[in-house]
Amino acid sequence: MKGPLATRIARPEALLRVALPIVMLALGVFAWHLVVAINGIPPYVLPGPALVARTLVTDWPVLSASLLVTLLTTLQGLALAAAGGITLAVLFNQSRLVEYSLYPYAVILQVTPVVAIAPLLLIYLPQQAAVLACAWIVAFFPVLANTTLGLNSVDHNLVDLFRLYGASRWQALRHLKLPAALPHMLGGLRIAGGLALIGAVVAEIAAGSAGAGSGLAYRIAESGYRLEIPRMFAALVLLAMTGIIIYFAMSLVSHLALRHWHESAIAREP
Amino acid sequence: MQPDPPKPPPILALRGVGKTFANSVVALDRLDLEVREGEFVSLLGPSGCGKSTALRLIASLSEPSRGKVVWSGDAREPRNSHAIGFVFQEPTLMPWATVFANVFLPLRLEGIDARGAAPRIARVIERVGLADFAKTYPRELSGGMRMRVSLARALVTDPRLLLMDEPFAALDEITRFRLNDDLLALWQALGKTVVFVTHSVFESVYLSNRIVVMTPRPGRVFAEIAIDAPYPRDETFRTSAEYAGYCRKTSQALAAAMAHGVPA
Repeated sequence: MKGPLATRIARPEALLRVALPIVMLALGVFAWHLVVAINGIPPYVLPGPALVARTLVTDWPVLSASLLVTLLTTLQGLALAAAGGITLAVLFNQSRLVEYSLYPYAVILQVTPVVAIAPLLLIYLPQQAAVLACAWIVAFFPVLANTTLGLNSVDHNLVDLFRLYGASRWQALRHLKLPAALPHMLGGLRIAGGLALIGAVVAEIAAGSAGAGSGLAYRIAESGYRLEIPRMFAALVLLAMTGIIIYFAMSLVSHLALRHWHESAIAREP
Repeated sequence: MQPDPPKPPPILALRGVGKTFANSVVALDRLDLEVREGEFVSLLGPSGCGKSTALRLIASLSEPSRGKVVWSGDAREPRNSHAIGFVFQEPTLMPWATVFANVFLPLRLEGIDARGAAPRIARVIERVGLADFAKTYPRELSGGMRMRVSLARALVTDPRLLLMDEPFAALDEITRFRLNDDLLALWQALGKTVVFVTHSVFESVYLSNRIVVMTPRPGRVFAEIAIDAPYPRDETFRTSAEYAGYCRKTSQALAAAMAHGVPA
């Protein structure tokens, strides 16, 4: 019906959405190159893009190992945040008392800057666990808050319908509240993906030279001490790309889960 | 005049029912109403006269503040989920579920598995004219079709009583007429008892055996009008002098009911 027409209208638009950021990136990199080349800036102050790319290749064995460490930590943190946030939201939804007792502490955990918590965690926990804990702390709250919102915004008539048919608590949760909350939940997870990476990076930086860590953030700190500026940039590029990939992966999951029914996943004709 | 056929037994009665909400609005006051087996009753009144509240009391979605809702007939539990089908003002479908899954819901909540229920679901979806749309999601359907899904869901448990809360109010007139016709055909084929809430005089006359006109705030029965025209009713009835006469009579009763209550 409206499918083919919508795609026909959407295609040039979609092309622009991909092409424009790439053009901007190319322009930016080119400008960066010109600034470095024209002014003759030494690489220990600001390396040019070509040097950063070369470093990325030559240091790949070290950097890729670090990338893997950071990526794993982030994904573990995200998985724990998803499990913790959703479980807690469901508990809050089922019992007011639990909600009243615990919600303030969830907020406190969220509003206390993780940079300040990380050094403490590093004292009490093994480094890997501390980094994971930081990733979890910053990532779980958006999942919790969004899922709670989703569970509470169920169509009242549908709630009545479930009551009419004598649905149990579990049935109402399984067949009504959780599906209704899914769009919010996925929105929370999309934010959590980026935050888990930030948490992991913060903890690695806090661990600094004290830790035996080998994540990307640790590489950045280490390269900073050694004035290996090109490697700092290379690690930074990898971090940014990791963040972007996580964001797109979460968006894809969200789109696939909602494409049949939710307004956010449906392309509309203008 | 033919001799009156024996009246079927009432399946439920509201006796002196009152409902006061927490904000101290008196929605219903001393409402008495009997619903007989196989009957098509319309509750007619302006918005805010407590028609919907009465329906929710019958469905046990809300408890009366005074009086009681009495179920009669066989020993079937009134709250038995099989006993009642409810069609809301909006289609109230689960947007994440296909037409099939939406209609399946009441049976699924009973613990019946999808395979066992499939023939029943297919039959009721076909009955409302959506045989080709079982795998479709609600957003892909028109307003009228969504209402049909809602109707199919209410019918899938084979309920004794069908409660309908202004189900077609949001639809355009052409769609509403078609759904009215289809609803009447279903009612005749299935022999359900229907309590239909509406604020449309024309719709209530076209559909019902009996119209209960209610006063606004507090809601109470003002008049009962029997519509003795035979079924099946169709366009011929809709354009007949008899229909016009009933509409006039009902309109007058409604106007009097509104004058009786607080002005709208």
